[in-house]
Formats: sequence, C-alpha cells, structure tokens
Amino acid sequence: MSENALEDVESFRARAKEFIHANLRPSVGPSFGMRDVGSMEVELALVEHDRALQRALYEAGLAGVCVPKEYGGQGLTPAHQRALNDAISGFEYPGRFQAPTFSPCMAVLLDFGTEEQKQAHIPAMLRGEELWMQFLSEPSGGSDVAGALTNAVRDGDEWVMNGSKIWTTGAWWSDWALCLARTNWDVEKHRGLTVFIFPIHQAGIEIRRIEMLNGSKEFCEEFITDLRIPDSDRVGDVDEGWTVGTRWMMHERTLMNSSYVTMPAGRSEGGGRIGDALAIAAAAGKQDDPVVQDLLGELEVLELVSNALQRRLGDGMRAGTMSPQASAIGRLFHGSAGVRSGSILFEIVGAAGGAWEDEDGELAERGVDFLMRQIGSIGGGTTEIARNVISERVLGMPRERAVDKGIAFRDVPRGPSSQHSEA
Amino acid sequence: MQPSLEPDQQLLLSTTAKFLDEFAPPAEVRRLRDHDAGFEPDYWRRGAELGWTSLLVSEDAGGGSVSDNGLVDLALIAHEFGTHAAPGPLLPTSIVAGAVSRHDPGHELVGALLCGDAVASWAFTEPVPNDALGTVTVQARVDGGDIVLRGTKRPVESAVQASHILVVAATGSGLTQVLVPTDAVGIERRSMKTVDLTRRFASVTFDDVRVPVTAVIGEVGGAAPAVEEQLQQALAILAAESVGAMQHAFDMTIEWAFNRYSFGRSLASYQALKHRFADMKTWLEASHAIADSAAQAVGAKSPDAAKLASAALAYIGHYGSELLQDCVQLHGGIGVTFEHDLHLMLRRHTLDRTLYGTPAEHRRRVAGIDQKGRNAA
Repeated sequence: MSENALEDVESFRARAKEFIHANLRPSVGPSFGMRDVGSMEVELALVEHDRALQRALYEAGLAGVCVPKEYGGQGLTPAHQRALNDAISGFEYPGRFQAPTFSPCMAVLLDFGTEEQKQAHIPAMLRGEELWMQFLSEPSGGSDVAGALTNAVRDGDEWVMNGSKIWTTGAWWSDWALCLARTNWDVEKHRGLTVFIFPIHQAGIEIRRIEMLNGSKEFCEEFITDLRIPDSDRVGDVDEGWTVGTRWMMHERTLMNSSYVTMPAGRSEGGGRIGDALAIAAAAGKQDDPVVQDLLGELEVLELVSNALQRRLGDGMRAGTMSPQASAIGRLFHGSAGVRSGSILFEIVGAAGGAWEDEDGELAERGVDFLMRQIGSIGGGTTEIARNVISERVLGMPRERAVDKGIAFRDVPRGPSSQHSEA
Repeated sequence: MQPSLEPDQQLLLSTTAKFLDEFAPPAEVRRLRDHDAGFEPDYWRRGAELGWTSLLVSEDAGGGSVSDNGLVDLALIAHEFGTHAAPGPLLPTSIVAGAVSRHDPGHELVGALLCGDAVASWAFTEPVPNDALGTVTVQARVDGGDIVLRGTKRPVESAVQASHILVVAATGSGLTQVLVPTDAVGIERRSMKTVDLTRRFASVTFDDVRVPVTAVIGEVGGAAPAVEEQLQQALAILAAESVGAMQHAFDMTIEWAFNRYSFGRSLASYQALKHRFADMKTWLEASHAIADSAAQAVGAKSPDAAKLASAALAYIGHYGSELLQDCVQLHGGIGVTFEHDLHLMLRRHTLDRTLYGTPAEHRRRVAGIDQKGRNAA
C-alpha cells in the first residue's frame, strides 16, 4: 500500500453514519414507482434540494467514493461504497444524481474522456453542479440504440448535429448531455457512430416533456437542430462510438450495483417495495391475512435475492470470472422481479386499486402505479433484449439473423414510419 | 457456489468432485435404488476421510474446516452432492456432529461420526397434522434421573442406519434435544418411500422411550436457540445441494440444446427457446447468490441469518422446480425416462424443497421475521 494508506471501511462507515444522522432527514413518501410530483416549481425545488444534498455529501468527503482523488473523489473501494449505502439506508439522498449522472455518464467519462473533459466535469458532478442526461434512445428505435439516426457532420473544428432523442429523464432541469450520434452512413451500423457531450440548455435544442399514462412528465424528448459542438467535446474516436457505447450500456445495466452510485441498502431493484407493501397491508387491515403474509414474504424474498444476485454479479465481473455481459442477468432479474412485485402490491391493495378517494392514504393511486407495472422491464433496455444478450453472449447460443450486417447503414431497411435526416 | 474460492476451498471441492465422479456416477446411483441403506459403508468412510463430516465440528472436538466458516465449506460439499445426486447422510450427520460436539467436545459419538463409522440423524419434523415447519408435539418428560420421550417424528433421514437420533421434543413450553441410541427400548422405525433414489427416510415412534438425562444435549426446555441454529444450518445445506442439482441439470440441457437438431437447426438457435434459457440462467445465478449469502450468514451467525436462510429455500424451492421441470420439457420425451440422468437431479431438488419447510412456509417465515423486526424497532 502507498504512503497514503486507505481509510479502513469501518472508520469510513462510522464517519458516514455520523454525518448522515446529523445532517440528513429520514426518507419519506413512496420509495418506489414514478409518480407525478406536482407542479414544475415543486419539481425544481426537489432538484435544487438534491443539488444541495450532493454538495453536502461532497463537502463531507462522502461523494465519489470510488472516484480517483484527482477528479474530486475519495479514491476508496466498492466496500466503502457499500458501507455508505448501508449507512444512508432510511435517509434522504440525492437520488437524481445517481443515474444517469454518476452512472453511466460519469463512468463513461472516466473510461473514455480526455483529461480536460474529466477535470471540467467530474468534480462539478460530485459538487452537485452538473446534472447529466443520456441522449441515447431515439423515437425511431428504443432497444436498437446502435441504429441511431441523429446525425453529426464535421465542419472544421466543430460538428453540426441534427436529429431527435427521447426518454431522457428530466432533461428540462438537467445541465449536460452524453449523446450518441451517427457520423458515417457509408459503413456498417456499429462502425459509424460517435459520442459527444454538450450543454442541454442552448439554441438548437428544443425540449418537450412527455406525459406518461400515470400523469408523470418525468421523461422528455429533444429536437436537435443545427447544434454546433466543438470537436474537443467528442468522447472517444470518430466513428468509434460503439466502443464507448458498449461500455456505456454495461454501466447502465450495472448501475444498481455500480461502485459510483449511492443507493440506500434495501432500496435497490426487485424489492425496495417491502415498506410500501407493509403500509398498504396495514391500510387495508390485512397484515395478518395468511395470503397477504405469503405475498409479503415473496416480496421480501425477491428483494433479498436481488441484493445477493447484484453482489454476486458485481464481484464476478470485477474478478473477471464473469463476462461484462453477465450484467444482463441482473437486468432481467430486475425487470421480472419488478413485474411480480407490482402485481403483489396491487393484489394487497384490493378493490381500492380501481377506485379510491384521497382519504384512502396508502391505498390511493395504487391502481395507477399498477398501470405502470412494466416500466422496469422496458426502461434501460427491454427484458427481451436482455434475454438475447444472456442467451447469445453469456451462454454462447447462435445469434439472431441480422439483416443490418455487412451493408452500409444507409441501406438498412428502416420501416415506413421512420424518418431521418440522412446526410 | 461462489464465483471465486480460496485455494483450500478449491482443493476440498475438487477432491470431493473427483471422488464423486468416480464412486457415485449415475450408474451407481441407479444401482443403489434397491440398496437398503442407499450407500455403502466404505463409501461413507472414505468420504469422511475427505472431510465431509468434520466441517461443523470444532478443532478441539476433532473436526475442522478449511476456511473460517465451516458451513460455507460444507455448502461446497453439499453443492457437489447436488450435482451428482450423491448418496450418503451428509445433512443429518453434519447437523448432529455439530450439535453434539458443541455440547460435549469429548462425546464418543462425535469421533465415530467424524471417521464415518457411524451415522446419526436429526429428528425435527413431524407427521400430519403437525407437519408445519417448527411444530413440535413429541414430549420429553423428566422422570427422576431419566428423560422419557413420547410421540412420532417423520421423516427422519437414515433413521434405520443411524446409531443415534437427536430428537427435538417439547418440555412444557420449551424445547429439549435428546440424543437417543436407536437400540433403546420403545423405538419403532418404519421405512418410508421417497422420490430420491439413495436417500432413506423413516417414521420413528417413541413409545415412552427412557434414557438417562445425560442424553439431553443442552438444557431441558432450553434448546430453542440451538434448534433454530441447526434448522438454519440444514436450510443452508439444502439450498447448496439444490443449487448443485439445478446447475447440473442446466448444464446438461444447454449441451442438449446445442446438439439436438430439429427442422435442420439446433434447439439453441430458436429464439423462443433461447429466451427460456435466459430466464433459467437468471434463476440459476440468483439461486447461487442467495444460497451463498445464506451459508455465509448462518455460518457467521449474523443477525439476518434466519431471514436469508428462509429466503434461500423460498426462492430456490420455487424457481429450482421451475428450472428443473423446464429442463425436462426442453428434453422432450427422453426427459421423463428412467434411463436419462436428468431425473436424478430433479429427484434431489424435489426432495430438498420439502424436507425443512416448503417455499410457502419459508415465505411466511420471512414475512414473520420482518414484522417482528419492525415491531421491535
């Protein structure tokens, strides 16, 4: 070990606990599920509060636990991050920064960014000054991200971008974007992509908020028109965007287990809903119903197994005994367990799931949550894609026939509904 | 099983795997179907020499483990028992050796169990209508210098082969564990039938069986914590063994999918089947993960041990059956024949998901632990 011996995990844990108990409030409200938080003012206030929380963690030496010190982090280990996750369980935390700012965006910059890019942005992220979004999916295709049609053309030391992106969470209150764009239409699909970064609020980017079926307007769509990007804001080599993209997607799939992400223990995927479920059961007066007991147990089992699985996959991938593609296993579990958990919650709610009054408390709005049950199996890449990755990349089964291989991207069939701004 | 092992654990695992490859191949497992004990005494003694029976016994009692968590080591052995559907009373002998040696490191039974000369069994569960996990109606009553047992236990593993049975009985509102020699007067052992080819079970009736109070392991009426610990150990062993059975069945089915051609293509090339393999792989990895967590937590006596052990059985019990039955489905007709090996693993998992509580019982146990924790907080 170097002369700067690492702080040991237990003293870090004690330090984290002390800070958290003295400075953070207990977490409140539904721990899971997308809900409409109310007016823009309310949401902006929540964003500002997250920025303040992140700033406070930074000043306490608890931000960027596994980020090198030269970029404003702590230079510690995943075990320290897990200790922080344990310590912050049950407390408020800057949730809006964890994904996608810290992972995948910061993780991608750490992997591929220039020294100037890292110095300019990573400390600012950790201080709560820069919220990032991923400009990845497009209206023309969700899971097939390498089929991006957003187009960037070189113009001297700059690039000019046109196209549109979608499913960015809260782009209207975020600061910077990590964006995958097409820079070459005359080569195969995966060989003509390049990654860029740019500020979101500038001329050339128009943001539309999308209303989801439950009323949430968390997601946005962006229309990019003649946006000029300096070449110094390119990440990775020209037309090598898929090299970046592969790691980008790996970071996205593993973000629940990422050592860059602070996620209160017991709140990660699959479960995190046991608190909700107990509250619902109590409101429905059904805590002691044996059927409800069975369902509550199943929820908790899924949560415990999810935590164990994410840890196993994280350990295996870090040790190199599992391929990075194994992250798709965690993604599929998350999606499937989320679906089952959604059904369990709705079952416990009973008749108030269909019609309710505000006075129903924990039972209110649960039917709307149920309408959104599939969200965890769609967002971040569908479970169908995860099943392809597991069977083909992990188990080595034959790939599906690909009609977009061996031909220039401009010749790939695109379907009647898909317009693009081909160069 | 954990993705990475210490060198000593790796050695323990590979020695056992090699031994079972040689002495417990599928043909031998099939042959033992008609064997009274389900295993040969010499096989068991040689397994004991490899360390199978010593892992829950402390060094001062003549045992020893290869890591600082003997249950994690034992889970490695149990995993190999699962992959081979191996014969032998691994679970009951380990539980009893551990329990007796913690009570009396010098107890002569411990030595006999360690070297494989004797086997012992743990009698915890009871017949219907008292078959719910944790229900104990067998009575242990102190009478002068004796303790008297009355009631029936079922299923008791290897009870006919065992020299001793550690019986969990009720004394007043507490629990008592009594180590009863199987030649004691008043014991009746009736062999049961089972889905497994080599495991053996009996229904054991105690008709006022009288033994000296020195046969009590622990305190009269004070055995509940020890019984809970032994139950958790049993669950960790069952979980590891079940995952071993799942792993082998899955590996066999993967191989089948690559080699079996229908309509001019391998089964592995059909997306409908690939997606099912992806689901199975996910259940399998999740099962490994929770089985490892359970063994680690139970062996280290961590506060979440009870919850993790029951979560392991609830998850592995349910999804293991889904996986194994889907392996059968993907094999088609050959999958339901006796000559194919797949059913050896299906049998082992099916047995293990019933022995110490069903998945539904473990789900309720997890919910109960959770509620208790919240009420206390």
